[in-house]
Amino acid sequence: MSALYSLLTVLVLILLAYFGVAAAHLGVLFGTVIPFAAIAVFLAGLAYRVVKWANTPVPFRIPSTCGQQKSLPWIKQGRLESPSSTLGVMGRMALEVLLFRSLFRNTKAELRDGPRLVYGENKWLWLGALAFHWTFLVIFLRHLRFFMEPVPRLVNLLADVDGFFQVGAPVLYVTDLVILAALLYLLFRRLRDPQIRYLSLFTDYFALFLLLGLAGSGVLMRYFTRADIVAIKELAIGLVTFSPVIPKEVGPLFFVHLFLLCVLLAYFPFSKLMHAPGVFLSPTRNLANNNRMKRHVNPWDYPVKVHTYAEWEEEFHDKIKAAGLPLDRE
Amino acid sequence: MRDRGLIFTGLVLFLGLITFPVWYNLASGTSSKPPELKLPTTEKQCVAPTETMRMSHMEMLITWRDQVVRQNDRTYVAADGKRYDMSLTNTCLKCHDNKAEFCDKCHDYAGVKPYCWDCHIDPKLVQRSKG
Repeated sequence: MSALYSLLTVLVLILLAYFGVAAAHLGVLFGTVIPFAAIAVFLAGLAYRVVKWANTPVPFRIPSTCGQQKSLPWIKQGRLESPSSTLGVMGRMALEVLLFRSLFRNTKAELRDGPRLVYGENKWLWLGALAFHWTFLVIFLRHLRFFMEPVPRLVNLLADVDGFFQVGAPVLYVTDLVILAALLYLLFRRLRDPQIRYLSLFTDYFALFLLLGLAGSGVLMRYFTRADIVAIKELAIGLVTFSPVIPKEVGPLFFVHLFLLCVLLAYFPFSKLMHAPGVFLSPTRNLANNNRMKRHVNPWDYPVKVHTYAEWEEEFHDKIKAAGLPLDRE
Repeated sequence: MRDRGLIFTGLVLFLGLITFPVWYNLASGTSSKPPELKLPTTEKQCVAPTETMRMSHMEMLITWRDQVVRQNDRTYVAADGKRYDMSLTNTCLKCHDNKAEFCDKCHDYAGVKPYCWDCHIDPKLVQRSKG
C-alpha cells in the first residue's frame, strides 16, 4: 500500500508541474520561485541538521567494529575493520563512503527444507546501491554544463567518456541506462521479498519513485520528446546568476524534471536521504577503536553530590547507638 | 568528541562546492544571454520549421546518414513537399556555410560535441587551405 501511495504522490507532483505550466502558465512559479525556495531549503536545512549533529556530545569512543582490535604485538590487528589510528579511520571511512563496505557485508537468511536456517552472501543490494550512487554523481556533474558558461573541460570530458559508445544522436549516455536499471532493481528488491516489503515505508518508496521520475523525465527529454537545451541552459544560467529568465521554448516536460528536482532538494534535509552527510558523522564509524590505549574522560562530567555511609553514620550516630546497633566508628 | 572544527570545515567546504557554479559564473562574468547565431541570408526556408530544427536536427541528421549510407536513398521530402538532397555538406552547409558562427555556437554553449566532424569537413577550412 505504501508503495502505491508514494507512486501516486509522485504522479500528482508530475501532473502538478506539467499542467501548472502547460495549462495554467505558471512558468515563473515553477521555473524561478520554487527552484530558489527549494535550494534555500536544501542548503539551510542541511546546514541546520549538520550543525545540530556537531553539537551533540559524543564523549566516548563507540565504534562498531568487526575486526580484531589492536592488542598484543603477535595478534594481527584488523587495521580497517577496527582502526586504532586516525589514518585507519580515514581508510575505513573511505571504504564506506566510496565503496559502501558495510553493504558489501550484507547477508541473507533463508529457511530451507529440514527446516534448516541458511545464511548466505547477498551482494545485489551493494551492487545496485553502488551503481545508483556513482551514476547519480556522474549525471550530477554532467549537468554542470547547463549551469556553467563556458563549460569546464572536465565536464565535457566526463560527457565524452559517458557517451563513449556513440549510439544515436544525441549520443546515448551509459549512466542513463545504469541509473534506471539500478533504481528499478532497488524498487524491485523492496517489492519482491515479503519481509522487505513489510519493512518498507512510504518514505522508502517515495525517494525511489522521485528519483525514477527525475531520471525518467530526463531520459524522455533527451532521447524521445526532445527539448531545446539552449533555452534550458538560458534558464539554468539565469538561476545561478540570480537573473532568472523563462524562455518560451522550454517545454512543460522540462518543468516536470525541474520540479521533481526541487521536491528532492527540499525533501532532502528532512528525510533519510540525510545519510549522505550522516555517514561522515556516525560515531560508530568515524572514531578510532582505542578505548584500551587511551583513557577517554567525559569532558561533560560534573561533580555529583554524594552521601557516603560514613557521613550517614555520622548523621544518625546517636539514634543508631540508642538502638544498640553496631557502628563502624565508635 | 571535540570535532566541531572539522565538521564545520567540511560543511563550509560542501556549501562552497555545491554553489560552485555561482562563483564560477560570477568570475567569468556570464550572463543568461543565449549565443547569437549568424543566420544564412541566401535562403528563407530551412528543411523543417525552426522549432523542429532547434530541438531535433541531430535526429534528422542521423536518419539522413543511415538512409544515405545504408539504403543509398538521397532524397528527403520536406513537410511542404519540397525535395532536398540528404547531405550535410551540400544541403545544410550550403546555406549555413559558417560552422564556427552557426553550429559551434550552440554546441559549445551546451557542451555538445557532435562526431559529425570526425568525417565531414568544414568547407570554410578547405577554401582557406586552397587559397
